[in-house]
Amino acid sequence: MTIDRRQFLQGTTAAGLSASFSGMGFAQGSSEPIRLGLLTVKTGPLASGGIDMERGLMMYMAERGGMLAGRKVEVIVADTGGVPATARTKTQELVERNKVHVLTGPLAAFEALAIDDYIRSQKIPTLSVAAAEDMTQRKQNPWFVRATSTSSQCAHVLADYCYKVLKYKRIIVVADDIAYGHEMNAGFQRVFEDLGGKIIQKIFPPLTAPDYGSFIAQLKTDADAVFLGFAGSNGFRFIRQFNEYGLKGKMAIVGGMTAIDESVLRNMGDEALGIITTCWYSAELGNPINAKFAPKYRKEFGYDPGFYAAATYVNGAVLEAALNAVKGNVANKEAFMAALRKTNTMTARGPVTFDDYGNVVGSVYIRRVERTDGRLVNSVVQTYPNISQFWNYDPKQFLANPVYSRDWPPAKNLL
Amino acid sequence: MQFWVIQTLNSFSLGALLFLLSSGFALIFGLMRVVNLMHGSLFMIGAYVAAVAMHKGTGLAMAAVIAAVTTAVVGGVIERLILRRLAGNAQGQVLATLGLSFIAADFCLIVWGGDPIPIETPAMFQASMKFLGFSFPTYRVVVVAIAVIVGGLLYLLLERTRLGAMIRASVDDMQMARAVGIPASALFTIVFCLGALLAGLGGAIGGPIFSAYPGLDADMLPLALIVVILGGVGSLVGTFVSSFIIGFLYTFGTALLPDLAYVILFLPMVVVIAFRPTGLFGTIKT
Repeated sequence: MTIDRRQFLQGTTAAGLSASFSGMGFAQGSSEPIRLGLLTVKTGPLASGGIDMERGLMMYMAERGGMLAGRKVEVIVADTGGVPATARTKTQELVERNKVHVLTGPLAAFEALAIDDYIRSQKIPTLSVAAAEDMTQRKQNPWFVRATSTSSQCAHVLADYCYKVLKYKRIIVVADDIAYGHEMNAGFQRVFEDLGGKIIQKIFPPLTAPDYGSFIAQLKTDADAVFLGFAGSNGFRFIRQFNEYGLKGKMAIVGGMTAIDESVLRNMGDEALGIITTCWYSAELGNPINAKFAPKYRKEFGYDPGFYAAATYVNGAVLEAALNAVKGNVANKEAFMAALRKTNTMTARGPVTFDDYGNVVGSVYIRRVERTDGRLVNSVVQTYPNISQFWNYDPKQFLANPVYSRDWPPAKNLL
Repeated sequence: MQFWVIQTLNSFSLGALLFLLSSGFALIFGLMRVVNLMHGSLFMIGAYVAAVAMHKGTGLAMAAVIAAVTTAVVGGVIERLILRRLAGNAQGQVLATLGLSFIAADFCLIVWGGDPIPIETPAMFQASMKFLGFSFPTYRVVVVAIAVIVGGLLYLLLERTRLGAMIRASVDDMQMARAVGIPASALFTIVFCLGALLAGLGGAIGGPIFSAYPGLDADMLPLALIVVILGGVGSLVGTFVSSFIIGFLYTFGTALLPDLAYVILFLPMVVVIAFRPTGLFGTIKT
């Protein structure tokens, strides 16, 4: 029985691997290819975003004919299942068995934290997707660049927009009870309260809350808006229930960068119309790169690219720019890493450069859900260019504070 | 005032959903002593099947029937092909159902993808209703009514029919039941199908509130465990009452002490296991 199962597993794994390799269609050339490891999630609750990550990266590579900077690039995909321990094992496998030169991913903050010390010790240049703040702040990893954003980078911008443009004065923040949710809320709160607004209530439902009814019933009724710091499908479920409890129209909904992702939007209805969110990307961006990418992606897969597809597509462009700078030489890791950090290139999200800590300085967008061509889209209403992870704060002072958390900065206006 | 009224209604509707979820689990556990760790998966499959049926144009009621029948068939196949071989091997059964739950999760992911699939609330229940002047989702009240009806039917089945008498006899003393000629083999299959049917029904009815999404199985299973352990194995009344107790504890717990949501949920279970292993209404030690 045991042997049967093992043989079966080996058989299926081998079949799966060969299928994914042949699907990429990169022939082995005479010169050694650059090996790029993709850490993604293809099983479990986070798989939706993870599959988009693979699709975005593969689309970028296919457009380049599998070549970057004149060298063949071999992509090796590893499924972490969204589990930190597996992320670590798979990273070791990619580095030690597949001998990858560069990594992209992982998806989730706790996965990134799980491989942090390993990529330091092995010196593997990593283009992250995950948002864990401190990896480009107080505990910056020299082998790490992030072209997406920290948890709070976009939330800072939305707070500014809410206060100055939407004229909101009192806001409730609701987010998943994980570091990502805490950091996003904290960033929002800090900027909003520094401007003079008030966060009158903070609610952190468990990540796997089956039902938001009991949380929605607690919402203070005298708020101008509620800010949603959710990931995955939670924002979508919260909004539906918010409407069912008759709150639609009583206060506005605004959302963080994963609250109403394109991947969720396609399953929503009119209840989403008019909701304002922030992100470093929208499938609606009009820049020349995205004007090709988004329609092509939609044509191939039947839905708009969102946060995760764009993340790896942008990482592809960043990687290409750095490889061009070192003429495809990845053997000299220090020089390659230095080139990555000096990246200054156009991508689907707009121009990307990195700060001294390896985190992106780029455009952040305010988006409103609208209906065009019969489908819901995150239409861009305002662009904030050159946004860093520190917002308008001085980096030194910013870093002297504790990392954003559930209780920092302290909320002064809870009622 | 609004807080207390709405949260009380929330407690009832959550309790109703918990009863739909855990009655099947309790039935299987009580009779067969099988901790069916696949129960959450059956709930999730029910939700997905209902979503598919509704996209094909059926109403929620019809979709729920299709979902329930589907999961009943799945349950029957699993009982006949797998659990049957592990009779008397409780550990083997737990591990087998756990394994099946992982397989089911990946199966659903492959078939339906990783994105949540919404299940429409029936049009006539979409509006919120007024209760003492406060808005409350109509559908949640309907769910409570459905749970009460299902509970009533189950009660009649167990207390007033020959099948129910056989099940009760087998729960109390399996050896004696066999000795007097109760066909335990057929009974096991029937009960497992019935339990699976209830899970699928729960998934479909709960669908408009939870939607169908990967991970729904893992979110639901612990809740079913808590309810059954608190209520007492083999007691329908216990399951019914403890569903509402947990509904109230969870709703008010998360509202009043949000940081301790899981403590409030699991502490009663731990206390019951430690100090009253038969549960509130049960006669059998867990």
